[in-house]
Amino acid sequence: MLARLNIALLGLLAPAMSFAGDAISATEKQPLNLHAIGMFVLFVSMTLGITYWAAGRTKSASDFYTAGGGITGFQNGLAIAGDYMSAATLLGLTALVYTKGVDGYIYMIAFFAGWPIILFLMAERLRNLGKFTFADITSYRLNQGKVRTMAAVSSLTVVCFYLVAQMVGAGQLIKLLFGLDYNIALFVVGALMMVYVTFGGMVATTWVQIIKACMLLAGGTLVAVLAMSQFGFSFEKMMGQAVSLHSLGEKLLFPGSLLPDPITALSLGLGLMFGTAGLPHILMRFFTVTNAKEARKSVLYASGFVAYFFNVILLMGFAAIIIVGQNPEFFEGGKIGGKIVGGGNMIAFLSAVAFATILAVVSGLALAGAAAISHDIYARVIRKGKATETEELRVSRFASVGLGLVAIVLGIAFEKMNVAFMVALAFGIAASANFPVLILSMYWKGLTTRGAIAGGYAGLVAAVLLVLFSKSVWVTVLGNAQALFPYDQPALFSMPLAFLVTFIVSKLDNSAEAQAERAAFDDQYVRAQTGFGAAEASSH
Amino acid sequence: MSSTSNQSAVYARIRKNPRFSELVSKRQGFATLLSVIVLTIFYGFFMVVAFNPNLIGQRLSEGSYVTVGIAAELFMFIFFWVLTAVYVKRANGEFDAITEEVVRDAAKGVK
Repeated sequence: MLARLNIALLGLLAPAMSFAGDAISATEKQPLNLHAIGMFVLFVSMTLGITYWAAGRTKSASDFYTAGGGITGFQNGLAIAGDYMSAATLLGLTALVYTKGVDGYIYMIAFFAGWPIILFLMAERLRNLGKFTFADITSYRLNQGKVRTMAAVSSLTVVCFYLVAQMVGAGQLIKLLFGLDYNIALFVVGALMMVYVTFGGMVATTWVQIIKACMLLAGGTLVAVLAMSQFGFSFEKMMGQAVSLHSLGEKLLFPGSLLPDPITALSLGLGLMFGTAGLPHILMRFFTVTNAKEARKSVLYASGFVAYFFNVILLMGFAAIIIVGQNPEFFEGGKIGGKIVGGGNMIAFLSAVAFATILAVVSGLALAGAAAISHDIYARVIRKGKATETEELRVSRFASVGLGLVAIVLGIAFEKMNVAFMVALAFGIAASANFPVLILSMYWKGLTTRGAIAGGYAGLVAAVLLVLFSKSVWVTVLGNAQALFPYDQPALFSMPLAFLVTFIVSKLDNSAEAQAERAAFDDQYVRAQTGFGAAEASSH
Repeated sequence: MSSTSNQSAVYARIRKNPRFSELVSKRQGFATLLSVIVLTIFYGFFMVVAFNPNLIGQRLSEGSYVTVGIAAELFMFIFFWVLTAVYVKRANGEFDAITEEVVRDAAKGVK
């Protein structure tokens, strides 16, 4: 029993360590694992079956982007949880608790606390104003061409960084768990993603996410219960052993090296909280439900699942310190992961879960990216609203395939790199470029096109530059001696900058367009509050 | 509700309805209150992490591994989720009832 649990926890940790980056960066290729591959084939055939079914139901643009708007709050809650708990979050956070103790828990509360804020301030307005992408909301009363271009640029930036982080993680994970070559693994992930999104659109993506969320919740619970049973279900007993075994000792209980100074801690809190509220693939999920009622319920369910699962991760991380950390055969030459051969059904199941996690998240990302290209750039900016639905759908399918290829190529290019900074960057950009313009467009009558453009681009450029000049890129990736920007988290600086620039430029804008944009706020406001005139669910 | 001018007329009527102002001020007030509670507790906690990290690792009682940090975070996970449930219950019940009434009244007048 204990041996099997070892393997189960190790299955979670080994790939997790490659996300944590500082522990090991390159995983070793394992012999082919047939159990795991069997489990994985089962999952893939199930999801492909769903995609086939979904393809028959994906006829209009609304089917493709938002599953016809007919998803229920509970389904969407599961799908959001599935979308949000990416491989990087799941595996990275388990590894954080394992290596740094309570730091990981602090990260998790920051990942969680954005959800109640999204519910209180945004959920119903998102549903009432939006149709397919969040740019529908920011450009509601502003200049369509300029504002949509900006929203699409920052969405695609977020999507690309997030995709690459997931792809590199996927490659390492599959190499380790299934014994497949890294490049082949990337092609498998990229190809499956293209099939789900291109043929099944949002219907297939949603169901892949729902299945993944259920597998994740069940698998995590099972591992946590088995792990806790080793300690007679006593948190005290487990913590006592963890503290006495871990090289950090008592320091496990204190904020540590990930939160070295007050600025980093606050910037992290800000970036993770408001980054969540600016991730294009998460925002898009709010347009899939029937109405504002269901949008609110989605957040209730999603945040419940996320909160529950983060606490499961805490238990798994601490338990792993004792169960995995104690067992010397798992540390060969300081490397974890040298000793899995064969493996039981448990590791096969967990491998399939981890793989499902990656597939679900990359599909959601690809769909959000494709929507930014086809709905915002092609249909609204290039064709100025004159494209037919068939044309728009064709472009979005090409865009999905294109994004899949980009993800594979970049995934191969970044194989040897520590991609942990890319997730930080994705959240930083979402918090600095998407969130300020989005929230101001819903709440502030005075917002004008010039203000939104200036502020949005300022936030985007500032977030990218600050991460580029930070230690994680300037020193670690580019090999310079000294970081130009001393903190790893940009949000504390780039987000207020975006708000400030948007505010000042909007205030100074007295053009005729600006007057008209301010006047249009009143009708938008009534629609945001009541849902009158909101996009409706299609009839099937 | 085919044309935009029709829609604008409905929006104008909704705006004039005192029940609409009541809905907006009640719901916005409630949402703001809950947001302030969440933000205060969350950033209060992060201030402690940032400026007094030693407090986070303080044990609640002698010999226990439940520290101030772990207890405070578990509390936040549960409490914030309870607040979302409270908001959803009130918004989907009381507030949505007023919304429906306001929209029905306004749509009736514009044919």
